[in-house]
Amino acid sequence: MSDSSPDDGFVTFDRVQKSYDGETLVVKDLNLSIGRGEFMTMLGPSGSGKTTCLMMLAGFETATSGEITLGGNPINSVPPHKRGIGMVFQNYALFPHMTVGENLSFPLEVRGMGKSEREQKVKRALDMVQMGNFAGRRPAQLSGGQQQRIALARALVFEPDLVLMDEPLGALDKNLRERMQYEIKHIHESLGVTVVYVTHDQTEALTMSDNVAVFDDGRIQQLAPPAVLYEKPDNAFVAAFIGENNTLRGKVDAIDGSTCSVRLDNGSVVKALRVNVEGTGVQSTLSLRPERVVLGEGAAERPNSFEAEVLELIYLGDHIRVRMNVCGDDEFIVKVPNNADGRDMKVGQKAPVGWSIEDCRALDPS
Amino acid sequence: MAQADATMMGGAGASSGTEKLVTAEGVPLKRALERAQRRRKLMAFALVVPLLAFILTVFVFPIAQMMWLSVKNDQIVNAIPRTLEELRDWDGRELPDEAVFAALHADLMEDLERPRREQATGPMGIRLNYELSAARSAVSRTARAASGFEAPYKEAFIDAHRLWGDPELWRIIKREGRPLTASYYVAALDRQYDEDGRIVQRDENRRIYVSLFGRTLMLSVIITGMTFLLGFPIAFYMSILPMRHANLLMICVLLPFWTSLLVRTSAWIVLLQQQGVINTGLVTLGIIDDENRLSMIYNMTGTIIAMTHILLPFMVLPLYSVMRTIPPSYMRAAKSLGATPWTAFRRVYFPQTLPGIGAGGVLVFIISIGYYITPALVGGQSGRMISNEIARHIQQSLNWGLAAALGTMLLVGVLALYWLYNRLVGADSLKLG
Amino acid sequence: MKSTLKMIGAGTAASVLALSAAHADDPVSLTIVSWGGAYTASQVRAYHEPWMEMNPHVTIINDDGSANALASLRAQAQAGNVTWDLVDMLPSDAQLACEEGIIMPIDHDEMLAAAPDGTPPSEDFLPGSLGECFIPQILYSTVLTYRPGAFPDDAQPSSIADLFDVENFPGRRALQDRPGTNLEWALYADGVDPDDIYDVLSTPEGVDRAFAKLDTIKDHIIFWTEGAQAPQLLADGEVAFATGYNGRMFDAIEVEGMEAEIIWDGQVVEWDGWVVPADGPNLEAVMDYLYFATDTQRLADQAQFISYGPARASSSELVGQHADLGIDMAPHMPSAPENYFAPIVLDNDFWVDYGDELRERFANWMLQ
Repeated sequence: MSDSSPDDGFVTFDRVQKSYDGETLVVKDLNLSIGRGEFMTMLGPSGSGKTTCLMMLAGFETATSGEITLGGNPINSVPPHKRGIGMVFQNYALFPHMTVGENLSFPLEVRGMGKSEREQKVKRALDMVQMGNFAGRRPAQLSGGQQQRIALARALVFEPDLVLMDEPLGALDKNLRERMQYEIKHIHESLGVTVVYVTHDQTEALTMSDNVAVFDDGRIQQLAPPAVLYEKPDNAFVAAFIGENNTLRGKVDAIDGSTCSVRLDNGSVVKALRVNVEGTGVQSTLSLRPERVVLGEGAAERPNSFEAEVLELIYLGDHIRVRMNVCGDDEFIVKVPNNADGRDMKVGQKAPVGWSIEDCRALDPS
Repeated sequence: MAQADATMMGGAGASSGTEKLVTAEGVPLKRALERAQRRRKLMAFALVVPLLAFILTVFVFPIAQMMWLSVKNDQIVNAIPRTLEELRDWDGRELPDEAVFAALHADLMEDLERPRREQATGPMGIRLNYELSAARSAVSRTARAASGFEAPYKEAFIDAHRLWGDPELWRIIKREGRPLTASYYVAALDRQYDEDGRIVQRDENRRIYVSLFGRTLMLSVIITGMTFLLGFPIAFYMSILPMRHANLLMICVLLPFWTSLLVRTSAWIVLLQQQGVINTGLVTLGIIDDENRLSMIYNMTGTIIAMTHILLPFMVLPLYSVMRTIPPSYMRAAKSLGATPWTAFRRVYFPQTLPGIGAGGVLVFIISIGYYITPALVGGQSGRMISNEIARHIQQSLNWGLAAALGTMLLVGVLALYWLYNRLVGADSLKLG
Repeated sequence: MKSTLKMIGAGTAASVLALSAAHADDPVSLTIVSWGGAYTASQVRAYHEPWMEMNPHVTIINDDGSANALASLRAQAQAGNVTWDLVDMLPSDAQLACEEGIIMPIDHDEMLAAAPDGTPPSEDFLPGSLGECFIPQILYSTVLTYRPGAFPDDAQPSSIADLFDVENFPGRRALQDRPGTNLEWALYADGVDPDDIYDVLSTPEGVDRAFAKLDTIKDHIIFWTEGAQAPQLLADGEVAFATGYNGRMFDAIEVEGMEAEIIWDGQVVEWDGWVVPADGPNLEAVMDYLYFATDTQRLADQAQFISYGPARASSSELVGQHADLGIDMAPHMPSAPENYFAPIVLDNDFWVDYGDELRERFANWMLQ
């Protein structure tokens, strides 16, 4: 986010729609503004329209209607090779018949750059991803992580203002993926380049992004920084998609300013923050993060407090996941720190649970 | 399982010192391993044997036999051993002396006593005729009359046929009176022996094979190029189509495979001949005059068109299978890196299709170099290939030795080209689908 | 390998012979090889069918392998597994096969039927037709044909010389892609008497002369390979002249109704007939069949179905009408006096001796 504000509109989507078959819209009325230097992630399940958006930005798909601008200029009719956008592909798309050095040199060559300048830039880019000694290798001789770095270096070597990444870490194993997340993040910070990143992995999105646009059903469900997205989801989809989430369903009984009370199906009444509720009498989904639930001691003091039964214990090292029956919901999860209290829990044990009003968000029925 | 046990025991044994490694049952490790692997080797062998036997009987054996025919030369040795013995000291200049003729007479008389099937003078006459026209009738006429000959035989033989008085015939008898010969290869290279036994070029008006080899090569190159030019775009188009449509198009491409030669040939004739569909269409449209109808069949053009048509699938299939595996993201990557569509195609897409081009090219080239039915039917005089000559020698002139020599040369040529391809491009990059 | 095959072959042949000797009426199947098409059909109707009626235990299998019969016979003999019983082939091929010892020598008077008046076969068959291993059946000829529509009504071609006259008779010519017939015609058109053609052709100067004459029409030639191509080229209007076998041309003109005329001038006549593979599996039945199929009446019968002349003198007066068309066949025979005014009789000995050399020269000439 650094010094530029996300609102200065380096990349904008203005009422963009996309249909492949003329019958259904894959992207429905997309409005999005990405600031210069921002790391923007498009997050969503497959088929949500995020990759289509990226492809329209790259120029490989054309918008059916609406306008996309880059640096203030409309680019709908600019062919991909004239957009000057770097791109990292899901399978890296390193040219197998060229060496690593030739791969990196390619974008400089087609720009008519001289040999010595090319060599210099290639070397710098390789050094940036700590692959300085690999210029003579072929992509097939590299590991997945190494190929990933080269793909990144290639997308950056011609110094584009905007880099698109289409699930670039999808093929890597967990450890490597995490390491690469940090590296990409650091490169972004040190170069100040604008990044649009597509992923279906929420952890990745939360770790790396300045802003995350959560896609579903061809629309952006919520556009916000990671912390806001997690803490304050706007609707039931975002709440469920981002992080772990307990969901309770019921009917809005009463509304009191910014709070409301919701009667659950088993008759219990829960007080919650009114976020996305139209009025009394409508259905609502309550969203509650597992780590915000207090179990046992102190639970009774909370505005919402219920008697619950332990159904299952899952040992996860740093914490223990407890599956409980709360207000008739058998899938209610509570996270307990791995301390003496946690270790003493038994299946079948009864214990009180409680939570604050501000941790429980009343959302659309979904 | 036994192997796994052995390995584990082996580890234990190694740590315990120098004693021999044994398995849990006390069998020496090496022997246990051998036993386990022998079974696997036997299995592998059993899987390979049927094909190996098949290839040996229908491929290697006939080819070896063909090569043997190209040097086999027992016809004269079998028929006139005494004569050859007498000829050993002959200088090859003047007519041989009476002793040689007497030996020849004795040889012929002995041959006449053999059963018809085993008589050797017939094959000898045919063999000699390959080297010298009319030598066959010299032999057969003389053999029939030989029982009435009386000494001096020299005059009697020359009376029976003039060729017996020609030293050339005797030189050939002496030269070819050996069990192996190079003369079929000499003839296949448009060369012959002169009076001193040197190999020289044939009369200009009898040279055919070398230029025919050249033309065959040229036609094969042209046909390979044509199939590439026509096949590349269609293979590319198929590779980007959805599977269902691609399969439909593939059926169209494969159609020539499934059409009988007769139907195909008639179709070409109907289309290409001077009174054919294409010419008539062009005349009707006023593009060409009625007097200047194009000659597109019964010449080289006919051969090229017909063979390009037949061999197109051999180019399209490997190309298509290679192109299918090139993800569209390469082209996209190249474009995103700033390459124009043409540069992206030339620098990124095209090089990746090279294995397919190589495979298709080698296939089409090798098949076309040995094709003969189609050129015979639509090639006229200028569109014939070396295989037509080979077929003629096999089927009509029955000079199997020359056919074998030409065939061997063709085989060696193809192998040499393949070797060259391997050196330049690498056979391991071939991708046949 | 080879010897095993030979043993099996010999064993089979021996056992079949033994069987047929023991029971004359045991089922026998004869493989008879011929040229296919209308020619085989004429043999089926004139020979096979009546003979099978008389010998119900015999079935005849027709094999259209005559075009490459020489190569196949040699291959069968070398493998020691002769599967053919009787083969229809040209006398020049028969001569080669005979010298290789892969077909049986024939004693014509001993093995074949005499004429109805008692004339022995060696005198009844037309002069020059018999071969050491060869039993002639028919006389056929290679003739020149033309498309009348290609020329004005008052200037239709009528001789071999016209074939070589592209000025007065323009248009393309379809010739067979071999030296035979073409070289003879070149000399004939150049003024050589039909009887002297082979004497001239056996000298280098004569060969040069023939090729020089062919040179004059070279740009107007389309070469055909298969017998069926020649009438097709004429029918399609692709060529003005075409050479072809007179039987095929008769079929195309009279049966198919093609617009074409035959020029009998300089027709190149040749025999065609039977040879018996040595060591064939059913010798006894084959000899029985041959005795029947080459008698005077049978040879005359064949002419009801195809316009080839019978090889026996005694048959010619029995030649009647075409079995289906009902037209007199005699005028369509190569041997009919009005057609036989300037024949060139193909010299097989010459072609066996000089064929290789001339074929090379011809191939070279075609390539130039």
